Amino acid sequence: MTSPVITVEHGVVGYDGRPVLRDISLTVTAGEVVAILGANGSGKSTLIRAVLGLVPISAGSVTLFDRPLRRFRQWARIGYVPQRLGAGGGVPATVREVVASGRLARRGVLRPPGRADRSAVDAALGAVGLAARAGDPVSTLSGGQQQRTLIARALAGQPELLVLDEPTAGVDAASQEAFAGALRDFVGDGGTVLLVAHELGPLRPVISRAVVVHEGRIAHDGAVPDPAGHHAEPDHDHVHPHCYDEPAGLWSN
Amino acid sequence: MELFQYPYMQRALIGALVIGLAAPALGIYLVQRRLALIGDGVGHVALTGVGAGLLLNRSPVLVAVIAATIGAIAIEIVRARGRTSGDLALALLFYGGIAGGVLLVGLSDATSANLNAYLFGSLTTISPADLTTIAVLGAAILVTMIGLRPALFAVSHDEEYARVSGLPVRTLNLLIAVATAVTVTIAMRAVGVLLISALMVVPVATAQQVTRGFRSTMAAAMALGLFAAGSGVWVAATADTAPGASVVLVAIASFLVVAVAGAVWRAVRRRTTPTAAPTPEPHEVVLS
Repeated sequence: MTSPVITVEHGVVGYDGRPVLRDISLTVTAGEVVAILGANGSGKSTLIRAVLGLVPISAGSVTLFDRPLRRFRQWARIGYVPQRLGAGGGVPATVREVVASGRLARRGVLRPPGRADRSAVDAALGAVGLAARAGDPVSTLSGGQQQRTLIARALAGQPELLVLDEPTAGVDAASQEAFAGALRDFVGDGGTVLLVAHELGPLRPVISRAVVVHEGRIAHDGAVPDPAGHHAEPDHDHVHPHCYDEPAGLWSN
Repeated sequence: MELFQYPYMQRALIGALVIGLAAPALGIYLVQRRLALIGDGVGHVALTGVGAGLLLNRSPVLVAVIAATIGAIAIEIVRARGRTSGDLALALLFYGGIAGGVLLVGLSDATSANLNAYLFGSLTTISPADLTTIAVLGAAILVTMIGLRPALFAVSHDEEYARVSGLPVRTLNLLIAVATAVTVTIAMRAVGVLLISALMVVPVATAQQVTRGFRSTMAAAMALGLFAAGSGVWVAATADTAPGASVVLVAIASFLVVAVAGAVWRAVRRRTTPTAAPTPEPHEVVLS
């Protein structure tokens, strides 16, 4: 179980000429649970968006499952969990309908859903503890439950790799625990995880490796670093996940 | 009711019903991607096609389909680029389209009654050949919009996720753009280019006030579109009003009825089932 799932070599990404990632090299092998940590604006979300091809890299290379990103087609092997559910135009959609979108990567556009699709959706809803809310409109769910809906959508495709963008930002404690449990089950079944986080919280025991991104470069790659400054206080509750004036702490070494 | 013994009235009714069913089936995706007014813009562009067709002595509807398709694809390209100047580009397209249409119709031998027929619809002048076109294209729209619902829902709901799912996002977006152009052009005969958007959007807006899911919203919107088309044509026939305007006013009246009824029902339910006292947020700081 040491084959590389994600390889980024000397990746460079810029928005409108302003460099966000300067020279990133990163390898994630099968079975690992890698957390990308960093302050807001450090480029950590851009890194996973570049890995998925959602933002173009201007230099370097991205390889997924031994294939260059440009020629990678086996998207069913990847489950992507974005930061939040788009508001959309207000047309209602049930939790089950959103989660069922996760089957499209496996099923394709033309084939109608079958029994395997339905049972995978059921299993994904159960894994995040939302089976009872399957018929409810997603707009009536709390932020944490909406986040769990997105995780269930990714799990429904039965991926080998989960890529999550800030899955715990602004999420209530119950949902964080439910999410940590779902992640443990996924890893226990041999899955690989790459996630962006601002604060690890209950996820900490699940993480096998931490990568700290600072000003577009990798500042640390290895064991999960201990929190510093006020983050280290035992009762520190991270209540400003989207604050831009991050005070001195873990990321300012 | 006797009026419906005449073949031209039967054609008017059948044409209106097909459009009433197909327009909301497409419109729900437009509403979901916040493009509710795109039908209006494509309609403006289609008018230039009508003018060109009348001037060149070609079938106005055929030329309108081509013009509307080009316009819809142009709008889709502007949308996909996501530039902030997008709405200005759309405005240029809209007003250029309608001005070009009026100019070209004026240059041709057509009368102002001809222009009115395309601006506000002319259900009663549908020929048997027109009806065949409407039925075939309407059926194609319906089959595509219902058959590809999971993929079109995914693309309209969360485009980035659809891309990471490996869906052919660009193809699906272009499909919606072309379907919009086709729907606009066939609906042009029924309600006119100025009222097309209403049939795409209003039944969806009405349905989503009472539905919980996407699929049920689509079904309800199609039923409402069918109802508005049928009763609108009936009202027009019995009261001798303009059919296109009657169909749209029935759709808007349904919206108002459902909106008021929904508000009343919610108010009654709130009074009869008192909600639990809201649990306060935990304190962020302890003040001593």
